[in-house]
Amino acid sequence: MDGPVNALTPRRARLILIGALALAATGACERRPGGAATTTGDIVIGMYGSLTGDGASFGQSSRDGTQMAVDEINGGGGLLGGRKLKLLIEDDQSKPDEAASAVTKLITQDKVVAVLGEVASRRSLAAAPICQRYNVPMITPASTNARVTEVGDYIFRVCFIDPFQGEVLAKFAFGDLKARKIAVLKDIQQDYSVGLTESVVQHFTALGGVVLPPVSYSSGDGDFRAILTQVRSQKPDVVVVTGYYPEASIIARQARELGMEMPLLGGDGWIGDALKNGREALNNSYICDHYSADNPDPVVQRFVQEYRTRFAHAPDAMAALAYDAVKVLADSITRAKTTDGPALRDAIAHAEVAGVTGRLKMNDKRNVDKPAVIEAVTFKDGDVKFVYKATINP
Amino acid sequence: MQTLLQQLVNGLSLGAIYALIALGYTMVYGVLRLINFAHGDVYMLGAFAGYFLANALQLDAHPSVLWAMVVTTGAMAICAAVGVLIERLAYRPVRHHSRLTSLITAIGVSLLLEYGGQVVFGAAPRFFPQMIRSETYAVGGVQITNQSLLIIAVAVVVMFGLQFIVRRTRIGKAMRATSYNLSAAKLMGIDTDWVIAFTFALGSALAAAGGVLVALAIPRIDPLMGLMTGLKAFVAAVLGGIGSIPGAMLGGMLIGLMETGLSATAYSTYRDAVAFAVLILILLLRPAGILGSARTEKV
Repeated sequence: MDGPVNALTPRRARLILIGALALAATGACERRPGGAATTTGDIVIGMYGSLTGDGASFGQSSRDGTQMAVDEINGGGGLLGGRKLKLLIEDDQSKPDEAASAVTKLITQDKVVAVLGEVASRRSLAAAPICQRYNVPMITPASTNARVTEVGDYIFRVCFIDPFQGEVLAKFAFGDLKARKIAVLKDIQQDYSVGLTESVVQHFTALGGVVLPPVSYSSGDGDFRAILTQVRSQKPDVVVVTGYYPEASIIARQARELGMEMPLLGGDGWIGDALKNGREALNNSYICDHYSADNPDPVVQRFVQEYRTRFAHAPDAMAALAYDAVKVLADSITRAKTTDGPALRDAIAHAEVAGVTGRLKMNDKRNVDKPAVIEAVTFKDGDVKFVYKATINP
Repeated sequence: MQTLLQQLVNGLSLGAIYALIALGYTMVYGVLRLINFAHGDVYMLGAFAGYFLANALQLDAHPSVLWAMVVTTGAMAICAAVGVLIERLAYRPVRHHSRLTSLITAIGVSLLLEYGGQVVFGAAPRFFPQMIRSETYAVGGVQITNQSLLIIAVAVVVMFGLQFIVRRTRIGKAMRATSYNLSAAKLMGIDTDWVIAFTFALGSALAAAGGVLVALAIPRIDPLMGLMTGLKAFVAAVLGGIGSIPGAMLGGMLIGLMETGLSATAYSTYRDAVAFAVLILILLLRPAGILGSARTEKV
């Protein structure tokens, strides 16, 4: 090796380090009280979501559901005597650190009065402490990990939580599928998957079933044959995949390629457009969902119809939950009669709204108690359909 | 026993993927002493080229082996051109500088392709169309798909093909001469620029073939897909002895088997770590790799 001409000498390195530290320090000092309450003009609300990246389907569905609810409210004359909602959307590229910076920007620069998002629990967990610190209420539409709302009293959600979802999956596997021995595949990079796995294991064991030691993979993996072969050798009656749809679709395919024909079971993380890449391998799978688009309830059908007209496809649960989250926020702003952070927080804490995904009544843990539905996954004519099977109440 | 055999098959299918990419690493290194870190990203470009070609031909709805070969050839041609372009624009200007300069340039090209790819293709993963109908063969409870068989077959054919080119053809002789001493080869009338460009074209075409084949078996592609796979293929090339063509094959298979073996245990999530642990060990204990021979450099 030749002697480098322009080397990073220790002195220069030290200078750079000091510069970086100085920058970091100024960043840390910048802390203003958020939730700036204005009394005129548009009410600015922020949404952060995974519009691109691994979880793109989550972010795009949430954006559409959110936008539709905001437009409806503005079409109906706005809030607080005619003030319109102004929605700002930030993309976090499916990355937790980007979620944190997106929310910081929304609060400190755009001065939003409330934050909506995320779907993936890991990203909600990254952003929630920031909302809490600035006293800006955050409503996550679809993060089911129990820890999300435990971050603080400004963090709310409009979906059920994983301890319940795990119970639903365990009961369905034990009761309806008559499974006595199940295998669980978990994505160790996702808080959602880890939490849901714990819950499934706990409830299935409590019912008297046997759970094989959970097998781990990581988001972004593509070759699951080795872990599936190991699972196959233990002959489980049902395989539960607690991760998200990009991996679930490939796991389904490779499981079937290895001759594993048993039912596959997934949580609401399976709900994403790219799931369809699992193709025929998805047949004989079931998921736990937040709502069914086939529900004859007029509230649901009106929402499904209008969404279809606007976006040319049926709304999935992520769109429905995002829609509901806006409705809860709007209702709370109306009752609080202000957009001031603490007052708005108190109003959300007492929210009770009839949503598309069920009755949304905030409990003292800032969660809602809602039923879950089980749907069969079927692949036909190049697309996935979720067929309603049962509703399970908490 | 059945499980063990199945894992062996899984390991070989995965290893063949690494081997296919490692062959390209090894060839460029063999001629230029340059670790082309952008190789894994050319592999990614190959998968994307195949994706767009296959969608343009609507192969998802009408799978056909013949058209799949057309798509693969198209992707190989595109990537060969990209490879030559990269060499011309990024590596040739710094060829006579220190080796470290080339290495850093290679890392720069790699980052450019990865993040440029995110701008052009978007960061969201895409799903590769099924150009060939997926079939599973079962022999005594051991399952293997036609796609995995294809990857293994192509890797073996490519290995022998490369051996033949390097050992038996005129251009191969020129490559070896360039590898041995660039200036001397030039003085003997060998158009070394052309030889190097050819090496890059061939290596990049192989990477593209690898990209398309892997995307058939593991249908998820994204602009960062070449990062980890490329690094592991690099480890495979070093393990087998960088510069050695059979070594790349052997190294790829070994890494594949090791990863599969580890995945089968409770430590499945450490499988990325194992490749890099191997890299460190091999560099400490036998830097020339298993099949490589340490060559004393004349100064």
